[in-house]
Order: sequence, then C-alpha cells, then structure tokens
Amino acid sequence: MSPLFDLAVAVARIAVFISFCLGLVVILTWVERKGAAYIQDRRGPNRARILGLTLGGIFHPLADAIKFLFKEDFIPDGAHRLFYQMAPMFALAPAIMTMAVIPFGPPVTIAGHQIPLQIADLNVGILYLFAISGMTVYGVVLAGWASNSKYPLLGGLRSSAQMLSYEVSMGLSVVGILMVFQSVQLSEIARGQGELLFGILPKWGVFVQPLGFILFLTALYAEANRTPFDLPEGESELVAGYHTEYGSFKFSMFMMAEYIHMVVGSAVLVTLFFGGWQFPYLADAGFAFPGGVSFAVPAWAVLSLRIGSFVVKTVFFCWVYVWVRWTIPRFRYDQVMRLGWKVMLPLALINIFVTGLVLLLIDKGI
Amino acid sequence: MTELAGTRKSGGKLDMQSEPVILNIGPSHPATHATLRFVAELDGETILTLTPEFGYLHRCFEKESENATWTQVIPYTDRLNYVSALMNNVGYVMAVEKLCGIEVTERCKYIRVLICELSRIIDHMVCIGTNMVDLGALTNFWYFWKPREEVYMHLIEPLTGTRLTNQYTRIGGLQWDLPEGWVEKCRDICRNVVLPAIADVNALLTKNRIFIERTMGAGPITAREAIARGFTGPCLRAAGVPFDLRKDQTYLVYDRFDFDVPIGGNGDTCDRYMVRMEEMRQSVRIIEQALDRLPGGPVNIDDTRYILPDKQLVYTNIEALMQHFKFIMEGIKVPAGEVYSATEAANGELGYYIVSKGGGGPYKIKVRPPCFPLFQGMPHLCEGQMIADLVAVLGSVNIIAGELDR
Repeated sequence: MSPLFDLAVAVARIAVFISFCLGLVVILTWVERKGAAYIQDRRGPNRARILGLTLGGIFHPLADAIKFLFKEDFIPDGAHRLFYQMAPMFALAPAIMTMAVIPFGPPVTIAGHQIPLQIADLNVGILYLFAISGMTVYGVVLAGWASNSKYPLLGGLRSSAQMLSYEVSMGLSVVGILMVFQSVQLSEIARGQGELLFGILPKWGVFVQPLGFILFLTALYAEANRTPFDLPEGESELVAGYHTEYGSFKFSMFMMAEYIHMVVGSAVLVTLFFGGWQFPYLADAGFAFPGGVSFAVPAWAVLSLRIGSFVVKTVFFCWVYVWVRWTIPRFRYDQVMRLGWKVMLPLALINIFVTGLVLLLIDKGI
Repeated sequence: MTELAGTRKSGGKLDMQSEPVILNIGPSHPATHATLRFVAELDGETILTLTPEFGYLHRCFEKESENATWTQVIPYTDRLNYVSALMNNVGYVMAVEKLCGIEVTERCKYIRVLICELSRIIDHMVCIGTNMVDLGALTNFWYFWKPREEVYMHLIEPLTGTRLTNQYTRIGGLQWDLPEGWVEKCRDICRNVVLPAIADVNALLTKNRIFIERTMGAGPITAREAIARGFTGPCLRAAGVPFDLRKDQTYLVYDRFDFDVPIGGNGDTCDRYMVRMEEMRQSVRIIEQALDRLPGGPVNIDDTRYILPDKQLVYTNIEALMQHFKFIMEGIKVPAGEVYSATEAANGELGYYIVSKGGGGPYKIKVRPPCFPLFQGMPHLCEGQMIADLVAVLGSVNIIAGELDR
C-alpha cells in the first residue's frame, strides 16, 4: 500500500519479537534460579516484594536490574579503557541481532499484503545467523584481553578456542538440514517442515536429521558457554572467567548476552529441527491427521496455535538449558577440544555424507 | 625462583612457545573454600610448578592451649576441623585420658563412636559436595547439604546444644547423656535421609561420563608415594593402602563392629570420591550396630578427680563446692608425662601429642592434622596436570584450613 504502512509493519514486527525475546530473557533469569532451586531441593528467590506480593520471586530480575544500574561503574587500573568498555557491547549486540531472521509464525495477509512474521526474511538466513553469532566471540576475547588480569585472559583464551571449534561443528551439523529442505532461508525451512514423513510423522528436522540435531544441540551449548561447556567462566577455576573484572551494568550486559543466546539458540533449534511455528498435523485449513480424520479450524485459531507452538517449543528448550546446567558437571578444557574436533567434526561430516547419499538415492527413485 | 624451576622442568620446550605465566590462586578464590594460596606456574593451562602456601588461618591453637586448663582446650579443638568438630573433641579427650589412665564407661564409648561416625558422614558430605561445586555440579552439593543440615538440626543440636562448635566431650566422659528419643531419631535419619541422599548423588555422578572423565586420572598417587608423603585417611586408602586406625589400631569400641575399609586403585580424584562414598555407607552400618547395642549406665566415670561434682552437691556440700572451684580455676590435675594419641578422623589420622608437667593445663600440645601432609602433597598431585584438575584435586583431598594452620 503505502511506504508508511510498510514502515509501521516493520517496526511492529521488530517491537513484538524483540520484546518477546527480551521478556523471555528476564523471565529466564528467574526460571534459572527458581528451576535450580527446585532441582536442588530448596526454595529459591522469594524475598523481593512489590505491594506485599512476591509471586514466587518473579520480581527478582527487576531488583537485579536496579542493583546493576546503581552499582559503581568500575574500570580497573591497567585495563584497556576502550576495549574494556566495548567488550560488553560486542557481546550483547550480535546476540540481539541474530533474532532478526527467526520466523515466529507463518506469513499473514493483512489488507491484501502478505506479511512474514519475521523481522527480516533474508534469503541467506542461516548464513547471516552464523556470521553474526560468530561475532560474539569478539566480546569474550576482548573482555579477556582488555581486563589486564590473568583469570579473564585464561577465560578469553578458552572461550575463543572453544567457540571457534564448535562453530565448525555447528555449521556442518546444519548442512544436512539445508540439503533436506533445499534452502538456507529459515522461513522456507520452517515451511518445509509442515509436510508429513511416510504419511505419519511430521517432517521435522529432528526426524530427518537425528544426528544433526544432537550435534547441533551440543554445539549450541558450547556456543552459549553453558554447562557442561561453561569453561570460559568456569567459576571454580577462573573465578568468573572473562568477566571477572566487570561489575555493574557491564556485567549484566554479559549476563543478558548469555540469556539472549539461550533464547535465540532455542528459537533457532526449534526452527531448524522442531518445525518452527508448525503445529503437528495442522494445515492452513485445519487439522488433518494421518488416518484421514480432519476437521476445520478458523484461520485466527490456526495462526495463534502456530505462534503458540513456536513460543512453547522455544520456552521448552530454554528450560532444557537450565535443566542441563543443574544436572551435569562441566568438562575440562582439553576434553572439550577433543570432543569438538575428534568426535563432533567427523560425525558431522559423516552425517553430511549419509544425508547426501540418501537424498541421491531417493532422487534416483531407488 | 619458581619461574626458573618451571622453565627447567619443561626442558625449555613450552607448548605456547613463550614464557610461563605465574598465576596466583587464593587466598580468596572460589576453589580454595578456605584461606589457602597456591602459586601456579602455567604453560597455557598446564601446571608446571605449584607452590602451596598456608598460614592465612593461623590462630595459635597450640600456643593458646598452653595458657588454658585441660578442659578449656576442648572448645579450641572444635575449630580445628570445623566441619566435623565432634571428632576433634573425641581425639583430644582420648589423648588426655590416655595420659591420665582413664578408662571411660561403655555407654560413653558407644556414644563417642556414634558422634564420630555421624561427623565422618557429614564431613564426607561437605567434601564431596564442595568438590562437585568445583566441577560445576552444584546440585550434588545441595543434595548433600540437606542431609547434613538434618543431622545438625535433629541430632547434633539436640545433643550438644550448639550447631557447629560442639565441645561435647569431657575428660572422663561427656557433657551429658543422649536426650530422649535421640536413638530413634538417629536411626530414622540414617535410614531415611542419609542413605537416600547417598543414593541420589551416586545416581547423578557415579555413572556420569563427564564426571568420570573429569576425575579419573586427576591427581593420581601411588601407594608407595602416598605412604612416603604421610598421607592418611581416604586419600591413602584411595591409593590402595587399607590403613584405617579404626581397624589397625583400634580404639573406643570399633573392634566390636562389623564394617569394611574401602580402598581404591589409582589414588586419583575418582578413587577418593568412591572411597568417601563407600565410607559413608560403612559409617551408617557402624551407627546402626552401635545403636542396636547401645548399653545403659552412666556416661561419666565415677572419679571425683576428673569429673565435676553434681550441681546439687555443689550447692549443699562444702567439699563439692571447693572441688568445683578448683576445677574451674585451676583445672583438673593430669599427671606429668608425654603421650601421642591418634584417631581416624574424617580426613585421616588426627594425632595429639601432649606434654604435661603436671599442672592444670597442658605444657605443650602438638596436633598432627591429616590435612598437612595432604597439602604438602598437592604439588606432587597436580604438577603436569591442568589448572582445572587442580581444583578437582584440591576439593577431593579436602583441605580444611582450620586444622591445616591451627
């Protein structure tokens, strides 16, 4: 229609999705603590109260934010002032930027316009994702180097090695998906997963690429520096790793970056391997089950079911991050490297080879 | 100095092709749990040399004891290994009793066994729990912290009136007898709290591939080296030496109980963990047997030279009042002589070497803390390994700064 309409739509999409992700980040910090508490047989945060309400400690993130804002903004002596201050921004900015290409719902038609529910439907989708998320390592390395302290330095060294190693496996583990769905565009991949496999299973990435899923999941944890790969900040050895020397809001920017990584990582995982916004057996017109049973569902309900399914799946995988963190111990540095290069990389290559072979055979009709 | 040593040790060939980095760990570091310090010389992440340093928690225990009466030393011993304070109390009074030639009553011996084994369980729980925190498995810590708290809350507090520093034992007996219902509560907690917690942690860790890979081969020591370095307790047994003072130099009534001494093979962190886990189960066995056979009778010996007179007598009888006054002001009279008495504390052999000149207080007390040789052995355990192994090993040898520095 008019450029103004396009602009309004774009802004609305950005606002909705970013507030969804950042809101989830805030809730996730609470879920992390509360989940940890219940896994560990204790109560968890329940003291912050507003108007006499505690609501299970949900106000703690708010209290945290206020605390971080009002702490002294401290720069240690001998730190490289510019890089030291840039590092948290380098950590946070790419994490937020990766959100742009994730489709959170099917395209909708408003006033004759087809509008993809996605901030930017880039045709290089997944490449953009890897390019941007690869930049997060700069934040960590800069923080490690600029702090002028040995613990951050070791943390920075560890994480640069780890993130670079796992980026390789991560990229290769997704190649299988790209081959199956014949696209690097995330919206195309999400749409492709709406079909049925053998007429029974939804054609989700996890069913066509089980090995790819496991490899991607593992690499995702390593990329987000989460347990069992949280060596860069392995608190017992390196005090707090690369952000040892950071305080106040700079520290909270690192924390936010980590949680945004979790949210975006879960969203990407869901998009690639769990059908994205696809609801099982839900087509545009309504449910169509394998046995031939089908019933119609109104369009608005289809849309909300699909968006809802994306949200639920993303939240579930965010929870898995928390669950894993409080269940298993962390690796040692050399073990992480061994796993990355000697196990995951060959497996990812085998996965690509087998996928290619199977696709070729299917293509030839054998 | 350290720099030279490290470069020499690596034969001038360093992984990173640069000079080693000297990293200061402690005295305030998340993995030291107490105030210890290590100066590590690193090539990348590999430890070339490790220099342990202690003394940050030195409280002059041995010197202060010289100015106290025999009974007043008991609270000081609480502060040695503050994680299992009751065991230090028992060790100390046993040394003094040996010097006096006192044979305590049967019931007292059984109660001492009970409190020692409870302390051993909670000490091992803290050790394994904090070790797991260092490995990034915080949940196991809480799984062990809760039963420990139950033991404190339902058993040790009702028994001693205090939580951490108990000063429960007395020369010639105990502060008082077990409170009502304690035996049943103890049985209940052992069976329904302690054993399930051990099973939970076992399920989370023992077959966990990450845990096994982290701990197996981290900080190994041979039996020969362990003996040469004066290791005792779980660390020695993990190296494969079945040495346990409860069996080999039996004291109290340990010879009457049926229990096993678990040993390991490689003396690494994994073995130390396994030995501690099994020791907790064996301690539960001992406690259950002791509760079954707990005899009646008094807890204190009937000897007015060592035991405070009954309060009612003090109020009504002049001799008792005078005796009470002398005990409090001058202390009990212990004959002149020297004695070494050792007990199997949670960390190993806890020895008290006491010299008496016949006064109301000790002339000299020397404590042989189990941690001290273990701490000295840290460079041997950790050099050539990675910095992440250092924290795993440090947690598993269980250095308690309270008894290390005294």
